[in-house]
Amino acid sequence: MNKRLVDVLVIGAGPAGLAAAIAAKEDGIDNLLVLEREHNPGGILRQCIHNGFGLHRFKEELTGPEYAQRDIDKAKEMGIEIQTDTTVLSVDGENHLVTCVSSKHGVELIEAKSIILAMGCRERPRGALGTPGTRCAGIYSAGTAQKFVNLEGYMPGKRVVILGSGDIGLIMARRMTLQGAKVLACVELMPFSSGLNRNIVQCLNDYDIPLYLSHTVVDIKGRERLTGVTVAKVDANRQPIPGSEIEFDCDTLLLSVGLIPENELSEGAGVKLSPLTSGAEVDDVLQTNIPGVFACGNVLHVHDLVDHVSNESFKAGHAAAAYAKGLLERGETIAVRDGDGVRGTVPQFIRKGVSEEVDLMFRPSGVFRGATCIVTCGDKEIARKKAMIFTPGEMAVVKLKPEIVAALDGPVTVKIERS
Amino acid sequence: MADILIIGAGVTGCAVARVLSRYEANITVIDRGADIAEGASKANSGIVHAGFDAKPGTLKAKLNVDGAKMYPALCEELGVPYSQPGALVIGFTEEDRATLENLVRQAELNDVPGCRLVEREEILKMEPNTNPEVLCALYAPTSGLTSPYEMTFALADHAAVNGVKFELGEEVQGVAKGSDGKWHVTTSKGERVCDILVNCAGVGSANIHNMMNSETLQIIDRRGQYYLMDRMAKLPFTMTMFQCPTKMGKGVLVSPTVHGNLLLGPSAEDIPDELDTSTTADGLKFVLDKSRLTWPQASPRGTITNFSGIRAHEAKGDFVIGAVKDQENAYETVGIESPGLSAAPAIGEMLGTQIAEEMGLAKKAEIVPAIKRRKPFHEMNTEERAAAVAENPLYGNLVCRCEVVTEAEIRDAIRRPVGATTIDGVKRRTRAGMGRCQGGFCSPRVAEILCEELGISMLEVTKCGGESKLLVSSIHDAMKKEGC
Ligand SMILES: Cc1cc2nc3c(=O)[nH]c(=O)nc-3n(C[C@H](O)[C@H](O)[C@H](O)COP(=O)(O)OP(=O)(O)OC[C@H]3O[C@@H](n4cnc5c(N)ncnc54)[C@H](O)[C@@H]3O)c2cc1C
Ligand SMILES: Cc1cc2nc3c(=O)[nH]c(=O)nc-3n(C[C@H](O)[C@H](O)[C@H](O)COP(=O)(O)OP(=O)(O)OC[C@H]3O[C@@H](n4cnc5c(N)ncnc54)[C@H](O)[C@@H]3O)c2cc1C
Repeated sequence: MNKRLVDVLVIGAGPAGLAAAIAAKEDGIDNLLVLEREHNPGGILRQCIHNGFGLHRFKEELTGPEYAQRDIDKAKEMGIEIQTDTTVLSVDGENHLVTCVSSKHGVELIEAKSIILAMGCRERPRGALGTPGTRCAGIYSAGTAQKFVNLEGYMPGKRVVILGSGDIGLIMARRMTLQGAKVLACVELMPFSSGLNRNIVQCLNDYDIPLYLSHTVVDIKGRERLTGVTVAKVDANRQPIPGSEIEFDCDTLLLSVGLIPENELSEGAGVKLSPLTSGAEVDDVLQTNIPGVFACGNVLHVHDLVDHVSNESFKAGHAAAAYAKGLLERGETIAVRDGDGVRGTVPQFIRKGVSEEVDLMFRPSGVFRGATCIVTCGDKEIARKKAMIFTPGEMAVVKLKPEIVAALDGPVTVKIERS
Repeated sequence: MADILIIGAGVTGCAVARVLSRYEANITVIDRGADIAEGASKANSGIVHAGFDAKPGTLKAKLNVDGAKMYPALCEELGVPYSQPGALVIGFTEEDRATLENLVRQAELNDVPGCRLVEREEILKMEPNTNPEVLCALYAPTSGLTSPYEMTFALADHAAVNGVKFELGEEVQGVAKGSDGKWHVTTSKGERVCDILVNCAGVGSANIHNMMNSETLQIIDRRGQYYLMDRMAKLPFTMTMFQCPTKMGKGVLVSPTVHGNLLLGPSAEDIPDELDTSTTADGLKFVLDKSRLTWPQASPRGTITNFSGIRAHEAKGDFVIGAVKDQENAYETVGIESPGLSAAPAIGEMLGTQIAEEMGLAKKAEIVPAIKRRKPFHEMNTEERAAAVAENPLYGNLVCRCEVVTEAEIRDAIRRPVGATTIDGVKRRTRAGMGRCQGGFCSPRVAEILCEELGISMLEVTKCGGESKLLVSSIHDAMKKEGC
């Protein structure tokens, strides 16, 4: 069996892995390797052929593949080695030892000074919802349908109901409509959408697709292929209200009911995961509880904007380079806590005494209009941000200035206050 | 040579076929499903029952105990997963205690080794997550676990390498004795003629019996619904946890599966439609509520899927196995509900041998004695994996990330003697798509491999045969037509 030694190893060549690799290379790490399971780098962006990517980072509207290509080209230009068709099977966190397999190179062992986890996320399937009914063909997670339509060129159905109002579902509502399918409804359990507002407008409203908030699918029918679903209104406890049922005659049910960071490798490595984000707990440079193991992108917490993914991942790449060179100290840390209205703030820790800007990212736990996000340290307010609206569908970011970070002397709390 | 037609490719039909394949005969197994094991044999608890539950003196009791004894060696021979973690049947009241004491007596009468009554303290030591209100339990050390569909596939494969033919997607609609003395079987695809008919049609077995015999049998279709949970770092129970049996069956269990998931269920509802394997809100709620009696922490969190299977309960209660009364050259297995999976190897030996003897079939000079299946990539250690990829590079292409299934294994599942032809067929043979993402990532690739192996187009790929097509149209074809 081959065994290789590298300075920085990146797992996953989606936007997160690519950005992290580019940052590490910029810092002079030459013995750098990116492993990617698919045949092409680019990650989930390869199938996101709609535009709207890159507004923050490139100040232009790119499609997913275009956005990814910029990083792929840059990585090539810099001479970064990306080994595709290679799946990482396990990570030994303590020994920094990664086992991977490919048909070309067989099973390989790679020892790395720093490891960056950038495996992305997966979609929540039907089983996780416990929706009763038959188990027929015609039920897909929205991302699977997106792959069939955009990468393979096949339509999975003609009459579609979408359960969940996550972004992928919304994008697919428009995509399937443009391709000639009839999208009958988008059904959301919560009283608010979990997708970006711009996607509600551009993908549902513009095509007269009704959005049923506080509704869910209560029955799935069809022995071989789906023939229909029953939708019902839910009460405040999210229980179906008898008598409110609506029948839809459809051959396809798309599920867009949430994304879950893909952390099997991280768990196996001994990385501590947060029950709120389902991703690793990290400090301000994205280092996990295991020294020299970093996490970024959707494997850390589910993002809605790839620009944020790239930003976060540059940071992880720089830190991984510093660790590989023996320059990253791991001293005391200060905890970051969720206050009212806030869920799953990342990072969970900030290193004590550093004077660097820190982005605090989180999901609001509900919809707050005209509210303010306030960050405190002890009794002291250290940052605030006003917004027209905070909603769970859009990740919120609050910046802490370097001088503020340097002065932190106790736990930091992030909360949302209604005005 | 005699033509034998076996109706039903569940674990019973396949076990009978495998035993008959040792004899000189032309054997065909037909089933209305698109694959084998599409009936009760794919959707049950997967427990190899120790044998304390069945009433002494019944066929159920005898065949359960005999079958369970055959399991370890048979699984080894056919490469089917098997383990023997033992079981507890827990009770909460003095009334339950009386029931359990009776089960201990039954165990002795049925010749089940090692069963004894255990008290709360010992139960909580054995299984600390048991509801602490438990009073006492029956402990059955020989209770086992297997993968019911993998057992069925392996029996079928072994039968097939010894000459048995499998014809799927063909439903039996009528059976009559012709003037030629042969059986004329009307099916959805036409007529089949055979010398010897064997009815192993599960929920459909009474119908077929009643076509041949005026002393009718009646199958009550009794559905059982389940929760299947994701693998977890540590399962709450190492043994199968039963509750006290009732007249509807063995009650709701909480058990590990042989693959290390957790299973909760089944419910027991009599339903009017023998094919209705849907799940219902009420049925699932019942399972969860009942599970909490065993395991107070039970919750739907971590559910991978819900499913249901249908028990073929014969109104009189026992298995009906043997020659069809007042008919020549006809045999049957009717009412093969639980412990039918456990009993299957014994049913196969009993009925297969009876048919061979009564019909005067000659033993074949030579048969393939066993089929050895390769260890799944998922279970290999690093050295074994390296060797596998070195030998066949397709082991290096991972297709299902959740269950760690490779392209080599998927192609092998399609090329097996009775190979997969559908997405579900690949799933049950390899576990690709059985993990926490339920095929979201791998199903497009599995579909492509099915196309390559079977020479079909993506639009012909089905989930489970019939109209269960995955895709409805090709965007490129549509664009070509429109002249884009
Ligand atoms: C449908 C959809 C629509 C979106 N729309 C927008 C939008 O309009 N605008 C916007 O800005 N953002 C959008 N996003 C968000 C953005 O695309 C994602 O946040 C981003 O792609 C996440 O990047 P990532 O690198 O973390 O994960 P991914 O892109 O998922 O990349 C992870 C990579 O890791 C690889 N990998 C995983 N495990 C292993 C392993 N064991 N071994 C080897 N390789 C492995 C995977 O194959 C994959 O290539 C959208 C996302 C989706 C899914
Ligand atoms: C919920 C549940 C839990 C169970 N748990 C256990 C357990 O833990 N342990 C245990 O030992 N047993 C258990 N059992 C029992 C066990 O599953 C069955 O006894 C066993 O699978 C029966 O196998 P079979 O081949 O007789 O029936 P099946 O597997 O149902 O096969 C019969 C086949 O006949 C075919 N068929 C029917 N009619 C026709 C027709 N007209 N034409 C063509 N084909 C036809 C069907 O398609 C089917 O494939 C359980 C059963 C259920 C339902």
